[in-house]
Amino acid sequence: MLLINCPYCDDALPELEFAYAGEAHIARPADPSKLSDEEWRDFLFIRSNPRGLHAERWRHIHGCGRFFNALRDTVSDRFLTTYPAGQPRPDVTKLEAAE
Amino acid sequence: MNDYRIKGRGRVNPNRPVRFTFDGKTFSGFEGDTVASALLANGEHLMGRGFKYHRPRGVVTAGSEEPNALIGTSRGPGRFEPNTRATMQEIYSGLTTESQNKWPSLKFDLGAINDRLYMLFSAGFYYKTFMWPKSFWDKVYEPFIRRAAGLGRSPTELDPDHYASRYLHCDVLIVGSGPAGLAAALTAARSGASVTVVDEQAEMGGTLLSEPSPMIEGQPAWDWLATTLAELAGMPNVRLMHRTTAIGYYHQNMVGLCQKLTDHLSDVPADAPRERLWRVRAGQVILAQGAIERPMVFDGNDRPGVMMAGAAQTFLHRFGVKVGNRPVILTSHDSAWHTAFDLADAGCKVAAIVDTRTDIAPALMQAAMSRQIEVLTGHTATATGGRLRVKSIRVNPVRGGTVGAARTIACDAVLMCGGWTPSLHLFSHTKGSLDWDAKAKAYLPGHKTEAVHIAGAGRGLWGIAAALEDGAKAGADALRDLGRKAGAATYAVTGDRTGTGITQKELPTDRSPGSAKAFIDFQNDVTAKDIRLAVREGMRSIEHVKRYTTNGMATDQGKLSNMNGLTIASDALGKDIPQVGLTTFRPPYTPTTFGALAGYHKGSHFEVTRKTPIDSWAAENGAAFEPVALWRRAWYFPKAGEDMHAAVNRECRATRQSLGIFDASTLGKIEVSGPDAVEFMNRMYTNPWAKLAPGKCRYGLLLGEDGFIRDDGVIGRMRDDLFHVTTTTGGAARVLNMMEDYLQTEWPELQVWLTSTTEEWATIAINGPNARKLLAPLVEGQDMSDAAFPHMSVAECTVAGFPSRLFRISFTGELGFEVNVPARHGRALWEKLMAAGKPYDICPYGTETMHVLRAEKGYIIIGQDTDGTVTPEDAGIGWAIGKAKPDFVGKRSLARPDIVAKGRKQLVGLLTENPKTVLVEGAQIVLDPKQSKPMRMIGHVTSSYWSEALGRSIAMAVVEGGFDRMGDTLHIPTADGGSQAAKVTGCVFYDPEGDRLKVE
Ligand SMILES: [Zn+2]
Repeated sequence: MLLINCPYCDDALPELEFAYAGEAHIARPADPSKLSDEEWRDFLFIRSNPRGLHAERWRHIHGCGRFFNALRDTVSDRFLTTYPAGQPRPDVTKLEAAE
Repeated sequence: MNDYRIKGRGRVNPNRPVRFTFDGKTFSGFEGDTVASALLANGEHLMGRGFKYHRPRGVVTAGSEEPNALIGTSRGPGRFEPNTRATMQEIYSGLTTESQNKWPSLKFDLGAINDRLYMLFSAGFYYKTFMWPKSFWDKVYEPFIRRAAGLGRSPTELDPDHYASRYLHCDVLIVGSGPAGLAAALTAARSGASVTVVDEQAEMGGTLLSEPSPMIEGQPAWDWLATTLAELAGMPNVRLMHRTTAIGYYHQNMVGLCQKLTDHLSDVPADAPRERLWRVRAGQVILAQGAIERPMVFDGNDRPGVMMAGAAQTFLHRFGVKVGNRPVILTSHDSAWHTAFDLADAGCKVAAIVDTRTDIAPALMQAAMSRQIEVLTGHTATATGGRLRVKSIRVNPVRGGTVGAARTIACDAVLMCGGWTPSLHLFSHTKGSLDWDAKAKAYLPGHKTEAVHIAGAGRGLWGIAAALEDGAKAGADALRDLGRKAGAATYAVTGDRTGTGITQKELPTDRSPGSAKAFIDFQNDVTAKDIRLAVREGMRSIEHVKRYTTNGMATDQGKLSNMNGLTIASDALGKDIPQVGLTTFRPPYTPTTFGALAGYHKGSHFEVTRKTPIDSWAAENGAAFEPVALWRRAWYFPKAGEDMHAAVNRECRATRQSLGIFDASTLGKIEVSGPDAVEFMNRMYTNPWAKLAPGKCRYGLLLGEDGFIRDDGVIGRMRDDLFHVTTTTGGAARVLNMMEDYLQTEWPELQVWLTSTTEEWATIAINGPNARKLLAPLVEGQDMSDAAFPHMSVAECTVAGFPSRLFRISFTGELGFEVNVPARHGRALWEKLMAAGKPYDICPYGTETMHVLRAEKGYIIIGQDTDGTVTPEDAGIGWAIGKAKPDFVGKRSLARPDIVAKGRKQLVGLLTENPKTVLVEGAQIVLDPKQSKPMRMIGHVTSSYWSEALGRSIAMAVVEGGFDRMGDTLHIPTADGGSQAAKVTGCVFYDPEGDRLKVE
């Protein structure tokens, strides 16, 4: 069972309190009607699915209830960091240098 | 006569004799014995039969890695357990055990005919032997495999025991209590860190229990062990847990432990849990699990009496049992020489030490000579003799790669040692890498992914001094990583028995290797020949070899067999071992009961049952219940003598003719409030909300961004800035999550608050022509006339004195109301309505009648008539879309090419040609029932009921291009090979004009 740091509660808590919510940094277009069928398809269905570092959304559903973002390695399951929704994806090289 | 117990030896208690039974025969042992040691003390080696060939099998090891001596144990009714290791089960008075895989008896087993059919069961036999002829599969092969497969028999009764679960946090968790683990524990504990030490055995000490002769810190090993355990036990920061197996190592240093609490007791305290599962989150983990001895691979190495040399040493020292009077040692490692010496010193006549090596340490040769033990170096073993017990071993010299003339040595035990394999199963669970060490000829821990340290034999170190030193270092390393200081620790050891050895493939033979039964995996009956055959037949990856031969796939996960299998496979492939790779170890380390994993979550605690405030009334009044999501809902209310069909028909009649009452409390409810509530609703739901006045309600439809229907429900506008949203019973949490997602991450600028109020309200639906007559006299604060409170209205008022949100809505097509009152008043209101409804023969109805009534009106149920691929247009509810709205969730998708394409499945009604036929829900629909199979299926039945109001069956279905097929006849093939014809209609079967909603 993973321990996940909720950036709002500022605490590492058991995975059971959290729910996964898909890839992060995919904003809903401001005016979907302006998008071509292909662009809308990409927004709906096309995801990066990397082997390695993945920016993804989690919700502290059995805690504060808030959505946040995380950088997780899909191979090792290790969380590099978590950060509030709305913040840009952190610079990985800086994070790894800090370790 | 058959007494193999040596007086004055061992750690068992000779003053506490214990009687137990094995296959109906009574045996006696001592407190501290395992079933294996007690049977060996009585001269019994035969403890089971092999899985494939039913060959007689004896105990091979003294620990949890035991592949052969698997027994059934019984502790009373419902307490039978198969596949218990005889080497781990402690005896107690009254214990009943039995052998497995035998019929009619262990000593005479008819299944042993399989041994003669050896060729049929070679590698891949699952895939080959049983393939042809095809018709044999059902009648012959499958029953045969089912009988042959699996070990032992499963219990059939409900497990009457209970199991506990605990969480534990500690600074240092140490797995294994041998010298390495204890030294680590001392270092860590003396620093003040919280330390937990676990060991799967009944007694702590690990290898020290089998090695009493060395001196540690000037004390005999067992005295040092007692002193150390006492010191640790006396420290408040130390927890010692025996009979506790670390079964799995999970992320971020979580280790699962299974603690056995009662399986060794004859008098089990009432209510004591049988086992306890611990989830330990440790700052640092130290794995000190030692090493597992490797068998020698040669013809007949599975005969009872052939066992590991280290096991014989354990039986001798820990249990005071000699495994034979005339053993032969067969080894390629120094460690087994010491077993020979200890047995000789205990009075056994060691017939010979046979070593495959030619270069033996002079001190060992000297020690053997002084005991007058014959030594045969550079020898191989080519067969064993005996039936139910080994009687002889055939050995040959090997000179320059040539196997010389055989010689047969009489013996009653063969004690083998093919080297040692570091026990790194838990380390493998962490996906830590294992690196091949050419010098140690073993995989040793490499890259680590967790805060873990490996100490002692797990790192390929040999001897007690090395283990103590390495354990102390691991303890210090763990403290350093915790930011603590470690005190220095050194241990003076004399009489340590270090040594070296080699490992090898199957031993060379002068006979045909093709007919040799040289076993690698004793539990799955895999031989060296099977591995070579698998490679010849094209298996290149060790993972394929494993699955094709089933090597290492039994309940011991190849603890004894993996390395021998790998060595032989790499030889057959002509590659070095590290080039062939390793198979993966997975949790659990040893077989674990489902009971321990389930813990408290069984029976009524298995899953939450949500009950409405009116549930108790339904139960008292004989309701049949059905589960809906986590709720239990009243399904129907049968009267005496009624079946479900009769009850539902009566409930439908009563509601349509006069008055029905229904508990709708499970409906999901969400309050959407705030200055931007209407904007939020406009963005989330397909419908327009701006013009909906307070006091009105509307059917709301929620799509996913992909345009498919997700949920629906009636939504009331209570105030300008407050909506009372209802959702489907099963969809409440999903809808709230979806709303929160959009609110928090897409539109954080909106001033909106979302609150789940499902359980705040009890909801009672009143339907039927007399609904208003019932309610009007009970309502205060709202004019109930049709003009003042028309269909699709909502009001805050009181009903029977209770504060209420009253909706005028209908899910039946009848005049209908839904009364929401605070949950605590739910049952009281229900009872008042039941009393007031007497003049109208008010009829409580359940979910089944609710379904029939709504289907008669063509009202859809999300998840039943839709399946996540249905758009509003497909479902015939395009009218619910606010076409003028610039955007809402899913709107853009409604213009996607595949959504507007022709031929989509559309929701239609079906009327069977035979009005008495009720179609099966989920049945597939075809155009031509006479077409050849596989038929082209154009849709399926989603809802199907007997309609009492119409006196015939009705159904709904999704059908390709269904709206263009009105009046067509379609066909629904049935399981019996027949087919039913049905005509396509609209979905509204009853009162299509909707007049009944408007009844005065
Ligand atoms: Zn939180």
